[in-house]
Amino acid sequence: MSLLLRGGRVIDPANNLDTVQDVLLADGKIERLGRNLAAPADAEVVDAKGKIVCPGFIDMHVHLREPGDEYKETVATGTRAAAAGGFTAVCCMANTNPVNDNGAVTDYILAKARVEGVVRVYPIGAVTRGLRGEELAELAELAESGCVAFSDDGRCVMNAGLYRRAMEYTLPFGAPLISHAEDTTLSRGASMNEGVVSTETGIPGQPAAAEDVMVARDILLAELTGAHVHIAHVSTVGAVRLVRDAKARGVRVTAEVTPHHLVLTEDAVRTWDSNTKMAPPLRTKRDVEALIEALADGTVDCIATDHAPHALSEKEGEFDRAAFGVVGLETAVAVLLDRLVRPGLLSLATLIARWSRDPARLLNLPAGTLAAGAPADVTILDPDAETTVDPSRFHSRSRNTPFGGWTLRGGPWMTVVGGKVVRPRASR
Amino acid sequence: MGWMRKDLLTMRELEAGEIVLLVDTAASLQEIATREIKKVPALRGKTVVNLFYEASTRTRTSFEIAGKWLSADVVNFSASGSSTSKGESFIDTAKNIGAMSPDVVVVRHSSAGAAELLARALPCSIVNAGDGAHEHPTQALLDLLTIREKKGHFEGLHVAIVGDIAHSRVARSNIHGMRKLGMTVTVAGPPTLIPPFVQELGAKVSYRLEDAIGDVDVIMMLRLQQERMTAGLIPSLREYAHYWGLTLDKLARHARPDVLIMHPGPVNRGIELAPEVADGPYSVILDQVSRGVAVRMGVLLLLAGRKGGDGG
Repeated sequence: MSLLLRGGRVIDPANNLDTVQDVLLADGKIERLGRNLAAPADAEVVDAKGKIVCPGFIDMHVHLREPGDEYKETVATGTRAAAAGGFTAVCCMANTNPVNDNGAVTDYILAKARVEGVVRVYPIGAVTRGLRGEELAELAELAESGCVAFSDDGRCVMNAGLYRRAMEYTLPFGAPLISHAEDTTLSRGASMNEGVVSTETGIPGQPAAAEDVMVARDILLAELTGAHVHIAHVSTVGAVRLVRDAKARGVRVTAEVTPHHLVLTEDAVRTWDSNTKMAPPLRTKRDVEALIEALADGTVDCIATDHAPHALSEKEGEFDRAAFGVVGLETAVAVLLDRLVRPGLLSLATLIARWSRDPARLLNLPAGTLAAGAPADVTILDPDAETTVDPSRFHSRSRNTPFGGWTLRGGPWMTVVGGKVVRPRASR
Repeated sequence: MGWMRKDLLTMRELEAGEIVLLVDTAASLQEIATREIKKVPALRGKTVVNLFYEASTRTRTSFEIAGKWLSADVVNFSASGSSTSKGESFIDTAKNIGAMSPDVVVVRHSSAGAAELLARALPCSIVNAGDGAHEHPTQALLDLLTIREKKGHFEGLHVAIVGDIAHSRVARSNIHGMRKLGMTVTVAGPPTLIPPFVQELGAKVSYRLEDAIGDVDVIMMLRLQQERMTAGLIPSLREYAHYWGLTLDKLARHARPDVLIMHPGPVNRGIELAPEVADGPYSVILDQVSRGVAVRMGVLLLLAGRKGGDGG
């Protein structure tokens, strides 16, 4: 069984490639790249002319909600959303119920993914038991069971001594700790960024320092232990500066940024729409500019959606009582193609690298490249597709997006996982 | 100009002309309080629902009296003992009340933005009677009416608002309203109780009571919520009262002799206001309360009378 992607513009940052050619996939692997490749007898041929063929996109920060919160999302619906959004792999956070803090839960997630998943699923294990921040989870067992990183995401491990030990204990596993950097003594009670909009609306705010303080701590602990720390969803100019300085010193720190922090500011909260409420909160124009610059220059290594599905009932009420978080899988690619790449704020090749090569490298995943022999995971973009975001048509079980109604140019066109098409071409 | 809006949600969104219209309307209704029979038929057949999710005595009573003097049917819905204690969401409760076809819903809620949510969910008029630390427009309007009565005008007046500005919807509504009417506003308090960037709302900032009250026409003292202490915002009530409490002595030494002392109530006697100040000659605190009824009559009249012909 093989698949020939004919005549697309192939952009593969891992191999410094940007050229129009064919890509042949066979037996779940990249077979070869070249011009005018002959189609094997059994091959399905896809006309990719005018499309952009990339290594499969990886979203390393997703909440699939299963087990426990299946009313928000499941492995089945979340991976369908991922496929529809152009992702060939997702990493799912540990804040399920029960928490993914032991091998049995990891096994369950992977079993679900094998049966119902349509893209690859890489679980992330908890750092502390029950995400309580009190004692280490069984980290070795989690690593052996297939967790590719460790994180208490959604919560910050406030105990620096414990976090230091987690960094040391996980050193042999080659899997990073992912920090949700938020000093809860500075953010308690807050529903948005602290600044002019929080003062005007009276919504309790948290300062950028709530994030920066913790990023600084985690960088220092990474320096102490030699561990690889990955900062989830950086949102502040201060966090960017800290990461940049640490990288220059040789500290093993990496970082990700979400699409919503790249295109929205705290001004969006003035609408009182609780789909503008997430952690960390939307910040200021100055922060957004710093994040885009950091993504372009590599200070921020990758883009991740922090796809956080919530039911309508958890989002429709009072702003300060609404759940934190927004879905992102089905809007991320189109939003950034339209709002960053089209106006020239970020090159297309960089966008692709930050979504394929770079997350694969920092998580040691066998992905992120179109080199022959690599897994046949391919994301194909249509630079001309024009869509209006319609949450009622999401594959995700949840609808909590701040991008509803946005008209966007460019988007995912086809998703190929292990040589198989998992997203049919848009019927237009 | 006439009143066009469906709702009264914030002072921020109003234009100066609209604020003056509200104040003028309230002023014209004040004499009803002096009548032997305090009732006019203006809102006969109209229904006003007081939807109060937060404890409130004076505001709820004030709206209730205002509605009754205008002959509206007034229904009180308070959160305790109602469906909210059975887990019904705010939006669901609102829709249920909306299904009973009220003409005006007056809402008080601890969450900023709650009145706006309600205004989007219901076709009837919504009056914001306080939403979290956001706004409390009828309080600002009654403050403005009181000030105009005592001072004769707005333009050029200087007001000091003193105390917990960060958590005060009264301060926010007054800053917006007063700035639009050409007044100067200084907010004063310990830095932990002053919200960041409050200057961008048009207020000046002072961290010393004696400086703030020196050259102002009005001093508005805010209530200090006792839980601010446990949140680590102030060290003790004793220290707060010492540095931020308004006493006769501080008034005599620093304030102008014709200054007005205002307070949205309820007063913590001996904390932000010495009893002799609260009851003294400078104080217009009870005038504020009686103007409150007139302001709420005016608001109900303009909103409920907006489309019908019987609103004059």
